[in-house]
Amino acid sequence: MPYDYRPFPYTPPPGLTAPEPRHKVVIVGAGPIGLALAIDLAQYGVASVVLDDNNVVSVGSRAICWSKRSLEILDRLGVGAKCVDKGVIWKVGRTLHRNAEVWNFDLQPEPGHKMPAFVNLQQYYVEEYLVARAMEFPDHISLRWKNKVTALEQSGHVTLTVETPDGPYTLGADHVVACDGARSDIRGMMGLDFDGELFEERFLIADIEMQGDYPSERRFWFQPDFHPGQSALLHKQPDNIYRIDLQLGWDADPEAERQPDHVIPRIEKAVGHKHFRLDWVSVYTFQCRRLARFVHGGVIFCGDSAHIVSPFGARGGNGGLQDVDALGWRLAAVAGGHDPAILNAYDVERQHGADENLLNSSRTTRFMSPAPGAERLFRDAVLALAAKAPFARPLVNSGRLSAPCTYPSTGADEPQLPTPSRPGSVAPDAPLPQGWLIDQLGRDPILLAIGQPAPKVAGLKTLELAPTPQLQTRYLGSAPSALYLIRPDQIIAARWLSATPAVISEAAKSIWKDRT
Amino acid sequence: MSLVTTPNLKAPDTAYAALLAAHKGMTEPESQALNARLVLILMNHIGDDAVLAEAFDLARSTG
Repeated sequence: MPYDYRPFPYTPPPGLTAPEPRHKVVIVGAGPIGLALAIDLAQYGVASVVLDDNNVVSVGSRAICWSKRSLEILDRLGVGAKCVDKGVIWKVGRTLHRNAEVWNFDLQPEPGHKMPAFVNLQQYYVEEYLVARAMEFPDHISLRWKNKVTALEQSGHVTLTVETPDGPYTLGADHVVACDGARSDIRGMMGLDFDGELFEERFLIADIEMQGDYPSERRFWFQPDFHPGQSALLHKQPDNIYRIDLQLGWDADPEAERQPDHVIPRIEKAVGHKHFRLDWVSVYTFQCRRLARFVHGGVIFCGDSAHIVSPFGARGGNGGLQDVDALGWRLAAVAGGHDPAILNAYDVERQHGADENLLNSSRTTRFMSPAPGAERLFRDAVLALAAKAPFARPLVNSGRLSAPCTYPSTGADEPQLPTPSRPGSVAPDAPLPQGWLIDQLGRDPILLAIGQPAPKVAGLKTLELAPTPQLQTRYLGSAPSALYLIRPDQIIAARWLSATPAVISEAAKSIWKDRT
Repeated sequence: MSLVTTPNLKAPDTAYAALLAAHKGMTEPESQALNARLVLILMNHIGDDAVLAEAFDLARSTG
């Protein structure tokens, strides 16, 4: 069954009849990133206005692979269970050259996490769930469909001109967050450009509905018999919808390629039969680019408006949710009167995250779509070797799937403790006697004391845990006990074998500073 | 460890002949592809980023 795109109701905004008081936060774009930010802020008690020029969810599946970290973030926002229940859970990816498997990966080899490695779920479902969740905060989220920003001015605060079906009105805001996607109008209005690479490659992307028993795995082909010389990706989504990506080559005509009489024969070859319904088709060009800075006075860029990557690492939507994660608590603090300089830390951290995503995506693109000459020569050499020589298999790059970066951190560290939980990293989840560790972290800074009593620090929440095998592996290593200070976004701020209340208190204060 | 740039082959003429033999009968594109595979095989065998960086520098600065 095709997804039922139900329009959200437009209601005339109050600003059409009388000037609105200046808002703390206006979010432009009600996609997954803008909606997630509005909910995050609402959960901190901060009100926002969300503007969207459209009135339906994403048309076509678009972002489909939601990572473990994104699911943890979505869970904190109240929609994690819905996404996991509806989504297709997967963790194994297989890469084939011609028709033989040359490489596979398991993204979650160990148990003991609340969230799976990945679920595949069409972006329209994620948006649907986020809209429903946002509507549970009528006092904190004003969702305004068919409200298109047409002008922006900054002078101490931000003034937006907004066009509606009933005419224009003006909105003032302390902060405007541009979550308006890769073709961001706000970016254009501010005269800002991306830096980075545009790759000369086109891909056809299609959703098809078919009855099939393809396993819940990611399958990627280099030079398959059904699509000679190019590459292809097949991914399962809910409702018997499958995502197919087919490399077209740079000289392809995007308008002609998206026509059903072109698309359907290609897909028939890929799936080997004609029993499918074409649900959605698009043609895209790879880009790996970002803004030089994400914070410009009162205007903050978040998600694809700030950075765009080629799609094969699922680093667009997931990277955007990590932006939200790094921004929400800081922007909530600023709305509550904190020094806006703290937003600089968002800028620094997410530039770091974007650079890691861009690096991975560019490398994947180079492998998938090598330039003529040496790039092509070595790519083909890797594929030729991979079938026989195990060493070549990790060089096969069909996408390095999104994993959260470790932020640069000057927080206290104890090198004897495990590397994955060093400061700047997401606190690893672990099962507790009741529930999950991840559910105990976030919103407020918290001091985690494993295997020792928590020193008492005024105003700081504490959680004392007895070591379990998973806590030992993920947090203690060879140490008998440790202390971990964890930020509102579940990022580890500092860790010690032992520490005095004064040292911990100082570290807790530095969470709210303008650098990390 | 650093890149060995002093003679290290026990029988240089024999080793050189073996390299040529590996290319025997190949067209130029086939030879290029073989060289690419060889580079990857030997890179993995060396397995040391610093040594490889020295090798890339030496190769780029000669010829």
